Formats: sequence, structure tokens, C-alpha cells
Amino acid sequence: MNIIVCIKQVPETTEVRINPETNTLIREGVKSIINPFDMYAIEEAIRLKEKHGGKVTVITMGPPQADIALREAISLGADEAVLLCDRAFAGSDTWATSYTLSGGIKKLGEFDVILCGKQASDGDTAQVGPGIATHLDIPQVTYVKKIEEVKDNIMKVERMMEEGFEIIETPTPCLLTVVKEINEPRLPSLRGMMKSKSASIKILTQKELNLDEQSIGLCGSPTQVVKIFTPAQRKGGEILQGEVPEVSKKLVELIKNEVT
Amino acid sequence: MDYLLTDEQKMVKELARKIADEKIRPVAAKHDQSEEYPWDVIKVIADAGLFGLFIPEEYGGMGVNVLGLCIATEELSKACGGIAVCYAASALGTFPIVLFGNDEQKKKYLPDLASGKKVAAFAVTEPEAGSDASAIKTTARKEGDYYVLNGLKHFITNGGDAETYVVIAMTDKKKGARGASAFIVEKGTPGFTFGKKEEKFGIRASSTRELIFTDCKIPKENLLYKEGTGFIVTMKTFDMSRPGVAAQALGIAQGALDLCVRYAKERHQFNKSISSFQGIQWMIADMATEVEAARGLIYSTARMVDAGCKGVSKPSAMAKMYASDVAMKVSIDALQIYGGYGYMRDYPIEKYVRDAKITQIYEGTNQIQRNIIALETIKETLKS
Repeated sequence: MNIIVCIKQVPETTEVRINPETNTLIREGVKSIINPFDMYAIEEAIRLKEKHGGKVTVITMGPPQADIALREAISLGADEAVLLCDRAFAGSDTWATSYTLSGGIKKLGEFDVILCGKQASDGDTAQVGPGIATHLDIPQVTYVKKIEEVKDNIMKVERMMEEGFEIIETPTPCLLTVVKEINEPRLPSLRGMMKSKSASIKILTQKELNLDEQSIGLCGSPTQVVKIFTPAQRKGGEILQGEVPEVSKKLVELIKNEVT
Repeated sequence: MDYLLTDEQKMVKELARKIADEKIRPVAAKHDQSEEYPWDVIKVIADAGLFGLFIPEEYGGMGVNVLGLCIATEELSKACGGIAVCYAASALGTFPIVLFGNDEQKKKYLPDLASGKKVAAFAVTEPEAGSDASAIKTTARKEGDYYVLNGLKHFITNGGDAETYVVIAMTDKKKGARGASAFIVEKGTPGFTFGKKEEKFGIRASSTRELIFTDCKIPKENLLYKEGTGFIVTMKTFDMSRPGVAAQALGIAQGALDLCVRYAKERHQFNKSISSFQGIQWMIADMATEVEAARGLIYSTARMVDAGCKGVSKPSAMAKMYASDVAMKVSIDALQIYGGYGYMRDYPIEKYVRDAKITQIYEGTNQIQRNIIALETIKETLKS
């Protein structure tokens, strides 16, 4: 099996601070890690390889230092790593990111399955996985909690729902986004860590990918972040007490005042 | 502090710390209470490749070295001295084969020990032979292509859970210490059974059992090195392994120090963090200095061992003795900083005191270490 895992490097904290002027994350002084949900995707990819043979390629789009995240994936058992790195990709929203990643994936040749974490812990959009599938025009299953079977170009998976789960069969190649219920990620091995240190990371720039200039980076990003703010804390409600007719009157009055 | 570690050693440290924090710390109290052997953690350590650190690459190991082993043991011991000793004791049982095994023995036993598929144990101690190892009574009688073992070993760490044992037995009683030999014995060999599992004061995650040999026939190929070299095998093994016991003590000391410093920062009395009081600060300063001194001694000894230097008995004994005395003192002082809470089992610190104590006792009591240090020092001084 040819397995591709898309990963993202994120700040290691759930309390990210936001630059109020640029509306972007403040990344300085915060350690970067592999997006925790992507760790489940990496683990599942390695398990698929262990069971069915093949190769695991991890791919990310990011600055040169995203190399650290790719090397960590190699230390866990990934075979190859690709970094899409170009100033032209900077400022991408989820649409441009998924377009760029799909361009990188096309460049890698044939594959059977793409695995992504269900969402990134910083942006929390859960859009890049489905976006890649859309750009590549392949089937996608989101929130996968179990891969039941892989057979004759068909994957049978369990998709987590709020109550219960769906069992879905999909032809391959396909894209799956996975939830944390799917497995327990392993720790790296010493051998893997040694290998990752000397592994070569393939870097692809816009020159190699030759993507539509209007669809990448900031100008390829239709999303406009107008404002990011922490929602004001809700005040406690007001409880009206007394006889029903009296209270009803009061309530109607309050609603009227609220509307006007 | 920069310990001038190689990239490989830094990786070992990072990996062992990850295992300690993510896989050992959460289960340490549970194993301490239940005295259940930590197979789940052993598997994690095995998958990480840490069992093979000092085993040559041609036999499936990582070929890192004894300093690597010390660093791994130290990191694991910070989280739990009991679980860490299951790991370190396997190294102790593996060293004789690495040092004295012939190629066939190495090929047969080392790959499974390097991968952690099997765990090893080393068996010298007997009820009547503790510090006086020459008093052992277990015998190995040669009969054709076999040796027949009879006798009892006790206080054997990993006993019952290990698959591969190196056992010291007398092949010629008349020759005294020169009549002892070392044998590899596999679990499951007819005539090889286990006595009761000991209930211990500390390192309770580890197993300690008696090994009972009743007309236990083992193939003559399982003799390590030569007949009559059992004590040389033992002494050389201990020279290699003592830095590891020292590292276990160091990890316990550092773990206790880390805990009590955090506690001192959080604990408020007289409207102040107790870490702001000079009485506490001076305790922390002494503890930190002693821990660092122990680390310096251990790392330099391990480096001597790795460089193949001669005369490592003395520094090995010094490292083991000093680090274990430091572990005892630091863990007791750490508990003192915790005050009444520290005495309660709901808090993690009392376990460090219990785990530290054994490091002054096993692999040669600290009194025996002092004998070694004194004799070597006198010998060296008179020579110079």
C-alpha cells in the first residue's frame, strides 16, 4: 500500500495568543509539535504498512523548520517525508493549503490512501482533509474511528457519529480523516530516531509544483479574517418570580425591550 | 548543565524521558501497591529499542554503550525506581554473555535480549552467601555432555519473570573461589523452579524470587567462558553494571529532588511559598549539589568503562556507593520538605525513600564497596 499522511506543525499549547493587529497566531516562544490528531493518522498509516506492506510518506506545507515535524514522523516509522516550502505559499487559508497539498500529492505519484487528523489543534477548522480530497477528486470519509478491512481497492471503515457510528465502504484511492479513538500512537524507537536524524527530506517549491499562482498563498485564499476575539463571558440569566399572569406580563415587556 | 553527550546519548535521554513521563509515571503507584510485574512498560521499553543499548549491533543491539545504559536507567528511575530496576537487572543478566559468551552463545541469546523479547537475570546470591560470594553452595556436577545443577539462589531480581539466567555454581568445591563457574540457564529447563515471590519494602514493581535447582541438567555448551572463572565473570560483570545501579540511585535522587522543589514552590506557610525560606533553600542547594556530584562520578566512570580503561573496579564502586548514599539522603530530605504530607502514601515522595534504600544494599552492599575502594586505593598508593 502506498500511504500518504498529511501533517501540520502546531504550537504546543491550547492557550494560543493572537496578535490583535494581524489576527494571526503568535508563534514566538511556543514549542512546535505535530498536531496531536495527526499523530493518530501517522500511527494508523504505520499499522496499515505493518499489516499490508508498502510505504508511508508524510507531507506537510510549512516553513523550513517544519522539517522537525517530518523527522519526528520518520522516527515513528514513516519511510519518506516531503516538505512543501515556498514564500509563495505563505498566508494560505484552508482552501489554498488543501490546493497546494493536493498539488504536492499529485507530484508524488500513485497512492492508495491519504490519512489526515480530523482537524488541527490551532485552527480547529477540519477543512484541509476534505479540501484535499475535493481538489484530487477522490472519495473521502471523515471522523474514521476504525479501518475494518482493506481488500481489492476497497476500504471498509467505521465513521464516528455523535451517537453510534456508520460503516462505510469506499473505493481507493481515498482520503480518510481520523479521530483519536482509532488507535494509541506509539513512542518513537531509538533506531527510528537515529534514522530520522540522517533522513533526507524532499523539499518541493512552487517551481517544481507549478501551481496556479492565483490559487496559492495569500492571494489564493478567499478567507478573510476580519476579527478574532475571545467571546465575552455570558452573564447569568434573570429569574422572574411571582404569579403566572404577573410574570408573563413582565416577560413580554422584557422581550419587547430586548427587540427594540 | 551540559554533560557533553553525543547525539546518540541525547536521543537515549529524550526517549527514556518520554517513556518515563508518559508510560511509567502514570502507573508507578499502581505497581508499587500491587507488586505486579510491569510487562506493559517492559514492552514499551523493548519497542523503543532500549534493551539493546550496550549490546553489539551484530547481535541485534544498538551498540551505544554503558553511558547510554546509565542515562536510560537514570531517566526511567526518575519516574519509578522499581520499574527501572526490571530493565537494569536484565542488563545485569546480559552483561556476562556480552563479556564472556562465545560467538554461538551470543548468537543464540543476545538478539532476543537486545529486542527485549526476553528479559535476563543474574544469580549469585544465596541464603548463606551475600557479601561473601565465595560461600555459595549451589553445585554444578559434570556428567557427560551435561552439567547437573543443585542448590538454591535467592533475592534474584527478575527471578521467575526472566527467561534467560546466568547462574554461578561451584564446579569444584575444593578450589574455593576458583572452583566457581558461570552457566546460562533457560527458564523451563526441567529441575529449574521458582520459590516464593518476596514482598519488599521498595522497588515493589520488580520481582524478586528464589531459584531452585534440583538435578537440573543443562547442556555443557551453556558453560560461560571456562570452568573455574565464575568469580571473574561475576566481578567483571559488576564492574560494568555498578554504574547502572548508581544511575538508578541517581534517577531516584533527581526524581525526589524535582518533586520536592515543585512542592516547595507551591506550598505556602506564613503567607509565603516555603521555597522562599532559607532553611528550605539550603536543603535544596545541598541536594542539588550532591546529585550533580553523583552524576559526574557516574558519567566519568561509564566513560572509562566504554573506553575500555583498566582498573574500573574502584570508580565503579565509588559511583555505586556515593550515588546510593546520595539517593537515600536526598529522598529523606525531599520527604522532610513535604512535611506531614510526604509521610502519606497519597503523595509520591515516600516511595522514593523506600526505592532508594535498596541501592545501598544490592550489587554489593556499600560496606563491600568501601572495602573495594579502600583496598584499591592502598594498592595504588603503595605502587606509586
